[in-house]
Amino acid sequence: MDGAPLLALSGISKRHGPRPALDRIDLTVDAGVFVALVGPSGSGKTTLLKTINRLVDPDAGSVTLAGEDVRALPAAALRRRIGYVFQGIGLFPHLDVTENISIVPRLGGVSAAERHARALELLDLVALPRDFASRHPAALSGGQAQRVGVARALAASPSLMLMDEPFGALDPVTRDELGRTYRALHDRLGLTTILVTHDMTEALLLADRIVVLVDGRIRADATPAGLLRGQGDPEVRALIDVPRRQAERLAALERGR
Amino acid sequence: MRAAVGEAVAVLPELARAHVLVSGSAIAIAVLVGLPLALWAAGRRRARIPLLAFVGLVQTVPALALLALFYPLLLLIGAAAHVSLPALGFLPALIALSLYALLPILRNGIAALEALDPSVIEAANGVGMTRRQRLLLVELPLGAPVLLAGIRTAAVWTIGAATLATTVGQPSLGNLIFSGLQTENWMRVLVGCAAAALLALVADGLLALIERGLARRSAWRVRLGLGLLAGALALALVPPGQGPPDRTVVIGAKNFSEQYILAAAIADRLQAAGYRSEMREDLGSAVAYRAVAAGDVDVYVDYSGTLWTNVLGRTDIPPPRALRAELANALAHRDGVLMLGTLGFENAYALAMRRIHAERLRLRSIADLARAAPRLRLASDIEFLSRPEWRSVEAAYGLRFAEARSYNPTFMYRAIADGSADVLSAFSSDGRIAALDLVTLSDPKRALPSYEAVLLVSPRRARDAGFVAALKPLVGAISIERMRQANLMVDRDVDKKSPQQAARWLLRRAPSPSPPPSP
Repeated sequence: MDGAPLLALSGISKRHGPRPALDRIDLTVDAGVFVALVGPSGSGKTTLLKTINRLVDPDAGSVTLAGEDVRALPAAALRRRIGYVFQGIGLFPHLDVTENISIVPRLGGVSAAERHARALELLDLVALPRDFASRHPAALSGGQAQRVGVARALAASPSLMLMDEPFGALDPVTRDELGRTYRALHDRLGLTTILVTHDMTEALLLADRIVVLVDGRIRADATPAGLLRGQGDPEVRALIDVPRRQAERLAALERGR
Repeated sequence: MRAAVGEAVAVLPELARAHVLVSGSAIAIAVLVGLPLALWAAGRRRARIPLLAFVGLVQTVPALALLALFYPLLLLIGAAAHVSLPALGFLPALIALSLYALLPILRNGIAALEALDPSVIEAANGVGMTRRQRLLLVELPLGAPVLLAGIRTAAVWTIGAATLATTVGQPSLGNLIFSGLQTENWMRVLVGCAAAALLALVADGLLALIERGLARRSAWRVRLGLGLLAGALALALVPPGQGPPDRTVVIGAKNFSEQYILAAAIADRLQAAGYRSEMREDLGSAVAYRAVAAGDVDVYVDYSGTLWTNVLGRTDIPPPRALRAELANALAHRDGVLMLGTLGFENAYALAMRRIHAERLRLRSIADLARAAPRLRLASDIEFLSRPEWRSVEAAYGLRFAEARSYNPTFMYRAIADGSADVLSAFSSDGRIAALDLVTLSDPKRALPSYEAVLLVSPRRARDAGFVAALKPLVGAISIERMRQANLMVDRDVDKKSPQQAARWLLRRAPSPSPPPSP
């Protein structure tokens, strides 16, 4: 992977009606990097993410993954090579935890015994007890369900993970815990991750690189530290100011005690 | 009573087999067509709305009318495409019932697919399922309860509606119900209804088993349910011990006792000559003639006046002998139908009243009746008021009744007996004319043609010498007295006989109109 980036998006445009949702986006991502795509609602960040696994077809531009145009493969085959986790989780309610986790290997024709062993391994990985294997999704809490969602995305050992507000619907404690668990997995498994979030704090604390999208255009692209150091764009500054001010007020509160 | 049950039960297996075959095939076709259609239409608003409107519209057509419509439709299609479609029997029943079963399957199918959680669908796409895998692994299992509820509704409806297939000549449990209703053999009606209800319950129960199996992911339940359904259909597919097709003949009958009796008498004669016979009962007048012309029915009895006015569309009324000769010529020439001869009696349309009532009003002819008609109520059979004969009588005498109602023939006689009607459109061979002490009014202007009972033979059987020879002895063999007696045996309330028993009595060559011995 020397020299060439793992993922390259060039000139991606997409219209929803008269309004451009994405306006000529260029973005490259190197292998092993954790990128957060941040922006207000309607900024186009989810649409951009979905052009990578072709859940959305762009009107113009191209996406290459490991040097190959994503349109070269059938969409289904492409998606099996990319992990996908999203806010709705979307566990299959008629399948138990093992079967949910094993769905991608099953589509790929892996034997049942192998799938089961892999499922137990993945439960360990996302820190769920092994006796969850035969539970049905209805019997899981939100945090547990999304751990299964992450395990399902990891089952086929993808190198690229796409995450669309994966922790958005969870309570703050679970959200923080699951965020840190996932970041550790990212490092341990050497993944490349693109995380869509509207929560700047989450992005600053988890990612190596933050790309800010406003009205379908990239307004900032920097490391968390670089972003905190200073920004010319007023809308980007507004986004960073929120967590910064919150942190300052919390610190002041603590000093006041 | 016991004899009636025994007779109904004896024909039950064969009728149940035919019933399962036609309703099972219709449901299977509706599922095979309805599920892909539902898949295609789900999420396509523009397609879904007109599609559901269309199948909804089909559903509003009474099942009986829908079945009847396919007879002329298939004839037209057959003529347009220059192929001979069997327009009577299995095919029209199958098409009509399949259409009828489509609505619940389609509506529930679309509802099932559109109600799926969108995040589950996004997940199915996101993990890389193909369209087919998404369908088989996610959409069908999750939609199964709603889908199956639709199939269950369709199954119960179709098995019920299949009893009406009798009217287009497809044997079904409706044969018991219709003929029982006609001859007031309530045991037959009851056996037919109970058997149809039982079939519906069993089918519903098996589908419920499959539904539960899918919900609990229990493979044995699904397999058992599917296996038993498939087994029943396979069993129904095994044809009954059938003779060579050339020796199997189809006998038609319209929907009243005399027709059942004569059909049974014809069957007796043909069986004695080594033919195997099938019945197509409860055919409408127009359907019956077209069926014999098309070869869907090989032989049935019709009436010269009916053919003259309804089939040939003639309005002139020549004397009986001339009418008969010209009719035979016209049918042979136009359709190749052989008019084998008259049976020896006439069954004319006549207007009849209770004797006391007619005497009190001093009515002897239809001309007299015209004066009193505005204060009288007419009860007619279902066909009469729409037939050219009625228009001819109406025009010739200027008849205007206070009220005119149509009845099933059995109930028409009930209506005059209990006083809810004053005049009825009677059949002159009906035994109930004498039994109820009715008088028929004369027709001085000769507005009604003669209605001699004639044997009609399909073009193909007209060339079958053995067939014609077997029926020839019936020509001129049945007097009006004997026919009335036979009709009364079936229609009366006490010591009732089945049409088969009456036919056997009729065929005994003893010419004297002695009272029937009890068997």
